[in-house]
Amino acid sequence: MGVKQDYDGPILECRNLCISYFTRAGEIPAVVDFNLTLNKGDSVGLVGESGCGKSTVAMAVMQYLGNNGGIVGGEVIYKGQDLGKMSEEELRQLRGNEISMVYQEPMASLNPSMRLGRQLMEVPLCHESITEKEAYDRAIQILADVKLPDPERVMDSYPHQISGGQQQRVVIAMALLSNPSLLLLDEPTTALDVTVEAGIIELIGEIAGRFDTSMIYISHNLGLILATCDRVNVMYSGVVVEQGTVDEVFDHMRHPYTKGLFSAIPLPGANKTERPLVPIRGQLPLPHERPAGCYFGPRCDFFVEGKCDRAIERGTVPMSNVGGEAGHEVRCVRWQEIDWESYRPEGLSGEPMERGREVLALDHMRKYYELRDNSIAAMIKGSRVRYVKANESLSFNAHECETVAIVGESGCGKSTFAKVLMGLETATDGKVIFNGQDVGELPVQKRSPEQVGSMQMIFQNPFDTLNPSHSVGAQLARVIKKFGVETEREKVHQRVLELLDLVKLPRDFARRRPRQLSGGQKQRVGIARAFAGRPAMVVADEPVSALDVSVQAAVTGLLMDIQRTYRTTLLFISHDLSLVRYLADRVVVMYLGSIMEQGTTDEVFAPPYHPYTEALLSAVPIADTSIEKKRIILEGNLPSVLNPPKGCPFHTRCPRKIGKICETETPPNAEAGPGHTIFCHIPMEELRAVEPVIVQTKKTKAAE
Amino acid sequence: MLIFVVRRFGTMILTMVVVSILLFLLLEINPGSVAIKVLGPYSSEEQRTIWLEHHGYFRPIYIRYIEWLGHFIAGNFGESVRFKTPVANVLWPRLGNTGILGLATMLVVVPLSLLLGVLAGMREGSRLDRTISVGSIVTTSVPEFASAVLLSAVFVFYLDILPGTSSMSDGFSVRQLILPAMVLVLYDFGYVTRMTRASMAEVMTTHYIRTAVLKGLPYNEVIRRHALRNALIAPFTVIMLQINWLLSGVIVVEFFFAYKGFGALLLEASLNKDIFLIEACAMVAVFVAVGTQTLADVGYTYLNPRIRFG
Amino acid sequence: MTDQAIVVVRRESRILRFFKAVALLRESVVGMIGLGLIVFWVLMAIFADVLSPFPPNATIFPLAAPGTAAPDGGVFWLGTDHIGRDILSRIIHGSRTVLLYGPLATFCAYAVGIPMGLAAGYRRGTTDDILSFIANVILSFPVLVLYVIIIATIGASAANIVVAVTFASAPGIFRIVRGLALDLRSREYVFAAETRGESPARIMFVEILPNARGPLIVDACLRLGYVIITIGVLGFLGLGLPPPDPDWGGMINETRQMAMSFPHMTVFPCIAISSLVLGFNLLADGLREVSLRD
Repeated sequence: MGVKQDYDGPILECRNLCISYFTRAGEIPAVVDFNLTLNKGDSVGLVGESGCGKSTVAMAVMQYLGNNGGIVGGEVIYKGQDLGKMSEEELRQLRGNEISMVYQEPMASLNPSMRLGRQLMEVPLCHESITEKEAYDRAIQILADVKLPDPERVMDSYPHQISGGQQQRVVIAMALLSNPSLLLLDEPTTALDVTVEAGIIELIGEIAGRFDTSMIYISHNLGLILATCDRVNVMYSGVVVEQGTVDEVFDHMRHPYTKGLFSAIPLPGANKTERPLVPIRGQLPLPHERPAGCYFGPRCDFFVEGKCDRAIERGTVPMSNVGGEAGHEVRCVRWQEIDWESYRPEGLSGEPMERGREVLALDHMRKYYELRDNSIAAMIKGSRVRYVKANESLSFNAHECETVAIVGESGCGKSTFAKVLMGLETATDGKVIFNGQDVGELPVQKRSPEQVGSMQMIFQNPFDTLNPSHSVGAQLARVIKKFGVETEREKVHQRVLELLDLVKLPRDFARRRPRQLSGGQKQRVGIARAFAGRPAMVVADEPVSALDVSVQAAVTGLLMDIQRTYRTTLLFISHDLSLVRYLADRVVVMYLGSIMEQGTTDEVFAPPYHPYTEALLSAVPIADTSIEKKRIILEGNLPSVLNPPKGCPFHTRCPRKIGKICETETPPNAEAGPGHTIFCHIPMEELRAVEPVIVQTKKTKAAE
Repeated sequence: MLIFVVRRFGTMILTMVVVSILLFLLLEINPGSVAIKVLGPYSSEEQRTIWLEHHGYFRPIYIRYIEWLGHFIAGNFGESVRFKTPVANVLWPRLGNTGILGLATMLVVVPLSLLLGVLAGMREGSRLDRTISVGSIVTTSVPEFASAVLLSAVFVFYLDILPGTSSMSDGFSVRQLILPAMVLVLYDFGYVTRMTRASMAEVMTTHYIRTAVLKGLPYNEVIRRHALRNALIAPFTVIMLQINWLLSGVIVVEFFFAYKGFGALLLEASLNKDIFLIEACAMVAVFVAVGTQTLADVGYTYLNPRIRFG
Repeated sequence: MTDQAIVVVRRESRILRFFKAVALLRESVVGMIGLGLIVFWVLMAIFADVLSPFPPNATIFPLAAPGTAAPDGGVFWLGTDHIGRDILSRIIHGSRTVLLYGPLATFCAYAVGIPMGLAAGYRRGTTDDILSFIANVILSFPVLVLYVIIIATIGASAANIVVAVTFASAPGIFRIVRGLALDLRSREYVFAAETRGESPARIMFVEILPNARGPLIVDACLRLGYVIITIGVLGFLGLGLPPPDPDWGGMINETRQMAMSFPHMTVFPCIAISSLVLGFNLLADGLREVSLRD
């Protein structure tokens, strides 16, 4: 290990840090008045939505702001030394050695043409004078520390030959190789599946403990911050609006924005009829159009004209100390006046919906893709045609005005399933009965316009969901005409305007191009497009996961509103179990092409669980300090779809595997209750006896 | 990987066969016109018929094609009308000359454009980059015949330090090679430079370069070990394809400087409608083109670990 | 808001958008210079009869140096060639040839290459295999070799040159369009159109093609420049338009033997063709720069 100076004081101090970007349009402040003190072994979270400046802060600590960014005020002090005054060479010696970083997308952060072993060994080789052999041994050791199986093979591989979760472990290993004093993590798990994410979070926690590294953890997910950090800074539009320990901020928040964030996320206590989500009204201000005084003012329910928008010379409202525990600060002029007890914000309306007749019924639907392998090796083995078993024997149904959630991680087959429903693929076997007709074998070209209009889809990526070359109105009009809803020009146009009203967008958006709309607005147009033909069923594929938290609540609410008006069936595909619990009436859990468990939301979220459901539930980060979760980490990787395990597809990773039977025999669809089935060999009594994964504890004032 | 290489070579051979069929049909489908071209427009009907009979032109076309293909592969290209000697005697030496010219050109273009491209791409948007970019654009805007004219005016007539023609009548002379090579270099390097620059600039904005810098690696190691390795994959294929381009480019240059090369040969053959010579030249040109394309494809796959170890 | 008002507003905004696009180019010095050069030559071509001091084929006074006065009035600003024709007038009229056939041939090449490229990139499978193979066969001929063979076989005329250029350029365009289509077909809005049951033709031309505008426009400028060079080269090699029509390449070829004593005969046409091609190349670079900044 390299010899590092032992330093007594804070590892990192940011004092009144101001960072701006310089564009053709002038100087745009990205971060204003940022203060942070980080001691040895501390872990601090920076949380906020897109554009709040959290990643910019990380880059400023690294002194890597690019050609058009710069620190325009304040200092960044590392172990007593001002980083801004260091030469490039001095900074180079710190980077990778004392200050390391873990990035959001592991695949993009690794050199695709260089073996991982080489990339790892570079770090100690360039910072310390050791031999290649020593570097190699250190690398192997650190790979074992991050729990990668078979480190020698990983050393010899290229990045694309290992999975996403393993790649991120390599990136973490690379960051830890020289035993840094400060570790920056910028959304390290955003690109990963939930169960993989849980493993990484656990790893980070272990490392922090073992190496006593100080950490700055950046995320938009409050649940992750709760799981990893001691202290948290909530950022909005370039400033920290509240900071303190996790308990202070999560349970005794003082800033309206913090309160707004917590009210907008689906915590286990939220419920779509009794305690609905509360969206934050308004929009994030553009960086060069920030309001005078408090930046959050225009969107704040406690805004008082004259007080909150009074212009302040040094930028914005200063921080005030809340007292009590040291270090709880809030950036609000009215924080002492706000009465949190009597605050009852108006949530999204939530009258319960009654479900009607059956609209969709899947009966042992199977979708296999044929894969022709023309290599010589395959010809010899006789296995020229192989099958990707994307969907294996799916059976469930959905009713009018019901919300059915399809839950699963990547590779579970949900996108294939959506394609078969929509007619972009045809089912290999089994029936898909929609509105009384079997559409499993009908490709979309063979369906009537009414059938097509009756089942539509909302897509995941709002930035790609609209054609950038056509106006919003033109795209909606096209859909209206295609589904035969209206044909005369005047009537079509009228309908376009009505659709925009439906999704609460101003009518003159019809003339705008998609690039003039924000992500949330684009998604609303996507929703309008799906409902243009008054569909009986809408398949929503992760419709809000690419949006900011505050926008998610609004768009989710809109979707539910429209569903209520039209009594549409909603098939909600998601990996976000918190949102699923909030929204769905029934849940279907998929893994590697098969349904593991299905039932009503309450049934699935409580024991008896399928072991996979159990693992999923324990992996979802929850931003509630009164919740205790069981820790279940899945080992191993997702098996290849080309070669699914025999017997139960989950047995390679199942923590409750009972034995040989799991490897050889397909499990039965055991009934735990009417409509609630679990695909498992474990006897039902055993499953019922399992403790719940998510437990609500009473909030006690622990004396620390 | 091996399968891939075999398949690519298979495609190459298939392409060559298709091309040969097209060429054959284009040039020899009408025996009458063949006879006219060989014996000249003043020959009599009777002479042509006798000649055609003697050479088997009244047989079905697919038999003629197969026989022709057989001869071709064996290296027997027929006899050139213009030069009154077997085509092979003229073709190979000329091809060799063009090879020498091409080699001289590539020896300058490759290092020059790679260097300029990498420098420009490293500092995208800088003065150096703009200069190199604009310079590349300007040089590729001047057609070869124009630059041949202008360079001759300068070096041959005003400065009188280089010869005006390159017929190499007194044996091989490096001095006579300079101007033709210079024209080719001037026109060609701009394109390769710009491709290299684009590739380098793109690599410099990737996340893994940021990772390398934030690992604390010295800048020159970041460039050498991380950037170049990825940035030079695309230029490699571009350079292979430039060999293909050279076969076109030399036509004008050899014509202008009276250099006895392959390009000038093809031009003369076409102008004189010397059938067998055209066929041979075209097939050789296509062979080189398809061969370099295949090598470029294979090389790209080899250099790109994502595809190679897919 | 009535329907009429909306229609009017929409049309206005289309014109407005075009001018805004041109105005955007103002941000690139290089692009503006290129545009200027092109506009210069286009004006030359349009007003050739008015602008040229002498008829282009009239043989007046051979081998006059630039700036000499003509016997019947007027000045040979760029001198005359070996037969006595005024070089300036021939250059001005020569721009017509080039600016007529160049864009025409390029347009034909795009008309062929775009549908093929879209079909291959969007449909993939057998369509792609066959079309790509055909394109590869044509592309396996070094370009000029292809031209030389075609022209030598079918003869030289304006129409044949257009055909030859189309034939030789279409595969290159095919490749670019195919690449763009392959990239764009995975976008969500294409997927959305498929879920609506839109026909493949509509998806290719309405959903995909408009979003490939940017790179295609840049490519069009570059390709125009290259086609102009090709027309010049063919003229130079004696495979272009038959004399006496003024053709920049032909002009250079006819006079190069005497270039040592009378350089003006070859140098001015060289500058002419280089400047026009430079204009297109600079415009392409400017467009690319501006589109990146967007």
